[in-house]
Amino acid sequence: MGAGHAHQLYRRGDSPVHGLPPHTKLVAVLGFVLVVVATPREAVWAFALYAALLGAVAARARVPAGFLLRRLAIEIPFVAFAVLMPFVVPGEQTSVLGVSLSVPGLWGAWNILAKGTLGVAASVLLAATTELRALILGLQRLGLPSPIVQIASFMIRYGDVITDEMRRMSVARRSRGFEARGVRHWGVLAKSAGALFIRSYERGERVHLAMVSRGYTGTMPLLDERPTTRAQWAAALALPLAALPICILGRTL
Amino acid sequence: MNTPSLEVSGLAYAYPDGHQALFGVDLTIGRGERVALLGPNGAGKTTLVLHLNGILTAGAGTVTVAGLPVGRKHMAEIRRKVGIVFQDPDDQLFMPTVREDVAFGPAAAGLRGAELDAVVERALEKVGMTGYADRPPHHLSFGQRRRVAVATVLAGEPEILVLDEPSSNLDPASRRELADVLRSLDVTVLMVTHDLPYALELCPRSLVLSEGVIAADGPTREILGDEELMNRHRLELPFGFVPGSVA
Ligand SMILES: Nc1ncnc2c1ncn2[C@@H]1O[C@H](COP(=O)(O)OP(=O)(O)OP(=O)(O)O)[C@@H](O)[C@H]1O
Ligand SMILES: [Mg+2]
Repeated sequence: MGAGHAHQLYRRGDSPVHGLPPHTKLVAVLGFVLVVVATPREAVWAFALYAALLGAVAARARVPAGFLLRRLAIEIPFVAFAVLMPFVVPGEQTSVLGVSLSVPGLWGAWNILAKGTLGVAASVLLAATTELRALILGLQRLGLPSPIVQIASFMIRYGDVITDEMRRMSVARRSRGFEARGVRHWGVLAKSAGALFIRSYERGERVHLAMVSRGYTGTMPLLDERPTTRAQWAAALALPLAALPICILGRTL
Repeated sequence: MNTPSLEVSGLAYAYPDGHQALFGVDLTIGRGERVALLGPNGAGKTTLVLHLNGILTAGAGTVTVAGLPVGRKHMAEIRRKVGIVFQDPDDQLFMPTVREDVAFGPAAAGLRGAELDAVVERALEKVGMTGYADRPPHHLSFGQRRRVAVATVLAGEPEILVLDEPSSNLDPASRRELADVLRSLDVTVLMVTHDLPYALELCPRSLVLSEGVIAADGPTREILGDEELMNRHRLELPFGFVPGSVA
């Protein structure tokens, strides 16, 4: 599929994982996350196996560990919350290095940390191997309602155009000696935001005109209708299917 | 001559706010002709263009494209036959990649697969942008975007290509490249422009629209050479430009 905007999470490549149709990857990640979440937290070994599975996918996708770990950073705010749990959750206490910690709190923290990290890692892998544009097309093929797909597509296309417009307005403001400092200047900024809104709105009208002129009748034609092969589905679903027995084992043991 | 590409007769239009922009426009453009539509700001040129594919509906009069009357009944067919290139390519190129954008019109008309790919490829080739199919439009230069905008319309294989100020904002090289593209095309062209040398270079015939009516219709060289006519309609040649001196 065509190159959309290269987003920061994406890592160009031509690995087998990159080549899979985006909607199969979306289903695979969703399936994997559901399996992980359904695993009881006490089955610590299961989470180690899940991590190993993701490691194998990353290796196939040729996504280096450093890249993956750095992008896991978005998880940190949630981790901070998890770290608090052993101190604040009431219940049976245990002592680690002389600090008294709550046992249910420790399990809770572990639960969030392990499942969260695996979920984020799977998503980061998906984003690293799939372009934003392809992700949206994948969602479309999975039946995401057309208006939402269209809105998302326009956000990709016009994000930069509107950012540029905003920057030009800011340059124009500053060229006339205006620097936004403090509350007194908020009025000017609010007016600029209003002007930006109107400009974007009018652009929307012109774009709509151009679309109608080229035969738009309310739905976007789906351009990529190549059927997905059984082998592609099998390759994508290998991840959740490998995770499933681990989960079942974890629940029964 | 066989059926003309475009026939407009007695076209009048008032905007919903009551402002009357067109007061009975008559014009005929034969198949394969390249015609410039000249006129001062606010003359009604864009308003006229928006009637050609039924975006605006005539208050009075008719528009006929290749024998087909513009109206509700044949709208899809009309929109395919009339390819409009709008002034700002950022309005025209609304898909995330050049390829998807060029494919939009033909895909909306039902084309798919290899056939669609071939149409896209051919359209990009005509404007010399083959290598840019997978680029997002925002990463192209303005001149390249304008050429892709032309390709998006050519992909529909229109009967008539309508361009609203095609040379605006182009540097001299891009302006010439676009002229080469337009000259190489084998379609009827109606070109709205303030760039009079460009009109002379590309269009043997010109129309002058002024205050909502066609005020003149004739060979471009003669119109640009008629000082009295030019002054009457606020048309001015660039400094030092003498139409008679251009080969
Ligand atoms: N949406 C609108 N509502 C009301 N009046 C309009 C609207 N759009 C244009 N007009 C008016 O109609 C007249 C013709 O406008 P039009 O845009 O067709 O001119 P133009 O010949 O394209 O001018 P330019 O060379 O500046 O592009 C102008 O007087 C304009 O103010
Ligand atoms: Mg105009």
